Formats: sequence, C-alpha cells, structure tokens
Amino acid sequence: MAVNPELQGREFAPTAPYLVGREKVREFSRAVFATNPINLDPDAARAAGYADVVAPPTFPVVVQEHTLAQLLAEPDAGIDFSRVVHGDQRFTYSRPIVAGDELTATLTVSSVKTLGGNSMVTADSVITDASGAHVVTAISTLVVRGDDA
Amino acid sequence: MIAFTSLTVGDVVAEQTFHLTRDSLVRYAGASGDFNSIHYRDDIAASVGLPGVLAHGMLTMGVAVQTVVNWIGDPGRVQDYQVRFTRPVVVDPTNGADVTVVAKVAALEEDGQVARIDLTATYEEQTVLGKAQVRVLFA
Repeated sequence: MAVNPELQGREFAPTAPYLVGREKVREFSRAVFATNPINLDPDAARAAGYADVVAPPTFPVVVQEHTLAQLLAEPDAGIDFSRVVHGDQRFTYSRPIVAGDELTATLTVSSVKTLGGNSMVTADSVITDASGAHVVTAISTLVVRGDDA
Repeated sequence: MIAFTSLTVGDVVAEQTFHLTRDSLVRYAGASGDFNSIHYRDDIAASVGLPGVLAHGMLTMGVAVQTVVNWIGDPGRVQDYQVRFTRPVVVDPTNGADVTVVAKVAALEEDGQVARIDLTATYEEQTVLGKAQVRVLFA
C-alpha cells in the first residue's frame, strides 16, 4: 500500500500535555552522553540563568514520538511502520526546554513525495508551552520503502 | 563562554569520540521510548536483513551534538540542529562502536551573533550523518 498523498497538509489534534520532569531530563541526558551540569544540576542551571535543568537539544523527540504515533495510527495514511526509515530530523528552537515545562505538540504533515517507489513523508510537530508560546518545532522526514524496494 | 569574535570560518573547534555499546542502546531505548527491537535484538536485526544491531539514529544525533555543547559549555544555546541519517552504526555486542565527531565553523552571522557549526560524524571511516548543522547563539 502506498502512502496516501492526501495526507499532505493534514493537521492533527494537539497531544495531551507532557510535563517535563527533572529526573526525565537527567535520564535522557545520561542516555545521550550529556555531562554538562546545566543538564543535570538545578543549581548549575539556575546559576546559568535557567529556571531548572535544561533538556539536551534532541529531547523533543520524546514529545514528537506521540505525534508520530498519531500519524502511523491514521486509518487512511497507508504508512507501514515496518517499512519506515528515519531520513532527516531537525529541531528549531524559540527557547530551550527546562524541567517544569508543560509541552503540547501539534502535528502537521507538510509534505508527501514519491521518489522512485519510495515515499517521503515530512511531519512537523509544533511544540508549545502551557501559555501557548512556541518552544520548538521538531521536523521528521520518514522514508517509507515501496513494496518492491 | 567563548567569544563570537574569536571564531573563524573553517576552524575545527572540537573533536570527540563516543564509545557506544549495547548498554548505551538499551539506556537510550528506555530514555527516549523508542523500543524498536532492531536496536537490541540480533535475531530481529538479522531477520530484516540488517548487518547487526543498529544504534538509534536519534542516539547518534543526540550524542554528536554533545561535541558542540561541551565546547560552548551551555546546552541552552543550541537554537537549531538538523541531520540526515545517511548510514547506520552497527554496534558489536562485544566491542561496541566508536563514533568520532568533528565540529567546524561553517558560517558566522554577525547580526544575530549566531554561528553555524557543521559536524562530521564517522564510524569505521565512513560518515554516518549528512548535513549535520548546529546553529549556536553567542549573544
């Protein structure tokens, strides 16, 4: 089954709020070999001008995961997860994520392209805080291999 | 903090090697919530035609940027970070995998005091990330 080209432009419902926990930031930091005290120690983070420990640059993937689950579960999407390869990833920040943030992600499929039997699906997850202000946009391009590939 | 004015396009500002093991993959699976079994089970990886258990692309991405964070000393100054996943990192169960990251100044935006730092990440002499660009705020 091919990826449905009508997915392009589709916007999904915002995800349930995700509360960024201090221990989660520490856990994620250790997993990506982040050793900076600003990632791990609230006092060091405050001394550097942040409200609490700062999440590593790729942390939004944890929140983005929920939006990609929405996309894969979309009945008419035609995306077979076993054929999906992660092609590109980008994070564009308005401000860093810190422990205590309550984040909501809204997914839009910005593009669906077919290239030599494969489909490329670009999914933009716009992540905002409890006040509605933009924090970061996480952009994933998924390559969905065609039946013959 | 490093002074923006001290930067020159073309300079290599940091280089670091990260040793990934199967333990690293399990830890990242738990922390990120990505439990795709090709990242910890040899039998599943083999059944889908992979040369072995692979590191999560997002783990490689997340680790590579630490080279820049360690250089600038503040993870909150990364404004933008993008990569293309061009080649998988196969993590040997005994020996793991070494990923070496070189960070080079690619462009300087005087107005916003933003530097674009490009990363080259290599594993077994081959690059594993393409278009790996980090925008860092110095203001």
